Amino acid sequence: MHPVLVLVVQRIALGLLLLLAVSAVIFLGVEALPGDTAQAILGQQATPEALANLREKLGLNDPAITRYFRWLGGVLTGDLGTALTNGADIATSIGQRLGNTLFLAGCAAAISVPLAIILGLIAARYAGRWPDKLISGVTLTTISLPEFVAAYFVIYLLTQVFPVFQPVAMVFPGMSFWAKLQAVALPVIVLVVVVLAHMMRMTRAAILNVMQSAYIETAELKGLSPMTVIWRHAFPNAIAPVVAVVMLNMAYLVVGVVVVEVVFSYNALGQYLVDHVSKRDLPVVQAVGLIFAAVYITLNMLADVIGIISNPRLRHPK
Amino acid sequence: MTDQLDRMIDTVRRGRMTRREFVGRASAMGITAGLASALFSKTAMAQEPKKGGVIRVGMQGGESTNSLDPALAASEVPFQVNMTWGEMLVDVNPDGSIDHRIAEEVSSNADATEWKFKIRAGVEFHDGKTVTAEDVVATLKRHTDEKSQSGALGIVQGISEMKAEGDMVTLKLSAASADLPYLMADYHLIIQPGGGVDNPAAGIGAGPYKVVVNEPGVRHTFAKHANYFDSSIGHADEVEILVINDNTARTAALQSGQIHMMNRVDPKIVELLKGAPGIQIKSVAGRGHYVFIMHVDKPPFDNNDLRMALKYSINRQEMVDKILGGLGSRGNDFPINAAYPLFDDSIEQREYDAAKAAEHYKKSGHDGSPIVLRTAPGAFPGAVDAANLFAASANAAGIPLSVKLEPDDGYWSNVWNVEPFCASYWGGRPVQDQMYSTAYLSTAEWNDTKFKNARFDELLLAARGELDAAKRKGMYSEMAHILRDEGGLILPMFNDFVSGVSDAIAGWADDPNGELMNGRAQVRCWLA
Repeated sequence: MHPVLVLVVQRIALGLLLLLAVSAVIFLGVEALPGDTAQAILGQQATPEALANLREKLGLNDPAITRYFRWLGGVLTGDLGTALTNGADIATSIGQRLGNTLFLAGCAAAISVPLAIILGLIAARYAGRWPDKLISGVTLTTISLPEFVAAYFVIYLLTQVFPVFQPVAMVFPGMSFWAKLQAVALPVIVLVVVVLAHMMRMTRAAILNVMQSAYIETAELKGLSPMTVIWRHAFPNAIAPVVAVVMLNMAYLVVGVVVVEVVFSYNALGQYLVDHVSKRDLPVVQAVGLIFAAVYITLNMLADVIGIISNPRLRHPK
Repeated sequence: MTDQLDRMIDTVRRGRMTRREFVGRASAMGITAGLASALFSKTAMAQEPKKGGVIRVGMQGGESTNSLDPALAASEVPFQVNMTWGEMLVDVNPDGSIDHRIAEEVSSNADATEWKFKIRAGVEFHDGKTVTAEDVVATLKRHTDEKSQSGALGIVQGISEMKAEGDMVTLKLSAASADLPYLMADYHLIIQPGGGVDNPAAGIGAGPYKVVVNEPGVRHTFAKHANYFDSSIGHADEVEILVINDNTARTAALQSGQIHMMNRVDPKIVELLKGAPGIQIKSVAGRGHYVFIMHVDKPPFDNNDLRMALKYSINRQEMVDKILGGLGSRGNDFPINAAYPLFDDSIEQREYDAAKAAEHYKKSGHDGSPIVLRTAPGAFPGAVDAANLFAASANAAGIPLSVKLEPDDGYWSNVWNVEPFCASYWGGRPVQDQMYSTAYLSTAEWNDTKFKNARFDELLLAARGELDAAKRKGMYSEMAHILRDEGGLILPMFNDFVSGVSDAIAGWADDPNGELMNGRAQVRCWLA
């Protein structure tokens, strides 16, 4: 078998193993929270009889290990169960919200990734000079701003001072693509601003690192223009670290944007997860946790695989 | 001056100025009160609700865990949603009188142990079936079943026999209750076809709007129920309730016109919003209140002098000013205020009195070890600040009160009703009996001060069967005195419902029974 194929298969197997471990950790974590689902649902209204009834109805009296394997079996057969709190089918509820999460992440990535890489290339080209200082200064300032501050700022600027967008970014089935884009404009702006710096700085650093190599000097001595040297010779060798950072940021855009979701009332997975965590809705928390873990692991795996493939030494072993 | 008057008349026409406001401003312009009042009547009568359009409400208090099952409604959004599609037997008017909905007549026997509800003819559920007496009985029966987890279980438990005959529902009670119609106005008791036994969360009722989209924690949309029996309400063609839990986003949505109404305006920004164009702030006195509760059966709170010391050492006016931003009123250590029928307004207001507090504290013989008050951000809005203010004013009186911050997570299971001294809140109840029965009767499940007083219980039970209003008022007054001077309840403030309403909305009327016109703003208002 080709060694690259072996490496890739190894990565995927490791990823699946990791996912299994994560599912157990999530389960343990939720178990360790104070109070149980029945208490969380009933809240201030809990009476001992109502608690006992609810615990029995929800099957909370079974041992934890039984509940864990019962759930794992369901997941493997595509059945995520129903939410304990309102009896809604989890797979259906998650389906639409996952779509919304991916839509928002996709929009933000479509703008931020090319923008970050181009800005990174420009910064590397003019390293130490004013374009580099300007780009770095601005992006580092915006990344230092907490998301919710940036969010409130754009709400103020773009809905009150210049009323061009709506502050509430909910999207629904049946909205046209254009209407959806308009709805998510504000959260996309915030997310782009937040993830830009990280990817830009990594692109710049990776390229500058490669620029020290002897072959770059050769290329320069051949009389190639600086931008061609960077684009044709330096960038291909800087792909692995750049992709790793891009994937990390994409994973963040999918799993880590709950604050932005809440501020803009965007109906996606993060908000859904938080609601169910506060009610100890174990099946939902586990399902969403698993999806988030899967996204994270998949994207990291993808970064690894691209890194492997982009490395000629691994592609053409002696 | 005529310009200004014209503008005011226009405001009245659109239903956004009360008679009192109008007369007040008009007399400031030199118009006599009599003339102004006549002018108001003429203008207000010409005010005709407009039909059509979409009313959008943005609200805090919704989660993706919400259900349409009326038995489970506990937070603001499910309440508002259920009031859009559901209809109860009766409702309570803003003035405290009974509003006959599905029941067109209510009567009782002489000792208030048997009540008859006559079901209005021709009321239709959204699925086309007609509302019958059997549906009503089936609904009430479902709430008596412990498995339904109904928030109204305590209310329906007192009904020993339910009977449907023709268009008449007869309820026999195990003990007399002069307030039964008010109890039937409880928001959980929405009449459902067949009692909602088969599918309690179907969202099918007899209310003015049908459920179109139900996405818990995101939005709920409704379309007009064409065969709704009451043409005087339900003006808009469609209603949308959006869940916007973030304060800033909700306020921005109202300002930018994305929504027409919002609940829970942050008291801190009310002053700023008052000057904003196109919106109005409605601060409505209600029955909800914020409390600090002591378990009277646990030391050191089993000593009434210590309890009195704490009651005298809280600065109520400061709480109202700083915690509620002035949007509320002072409490008097019993859970009743002027929004309740039969309230005795002659009971003396308790004030901050460091000298009296110190005197009681000395008499209590307390050993001077710290008295721990537990609080959490979620106990009520501003609960941590309120506890710190309380500690500061108590310390000034020489009482060693200290604050312990608890996490929101698990507060209602691990702290409230468990620890002997903590912060909490209560929503109001429609009548005094219900409030006292829920939390101050010796045997009440939610007796969160562990208050047990034989005379108090005796008065409460006697008042239930007392149909003479004057005698009943006297009984409630005595109970208030007992609780105020012996109970474990420290009640510094009653909070207002503070809502924001766009100028595009007309027909608003303050309602002390609940937030956003007791959950019916979207049904009773119209687009001007």
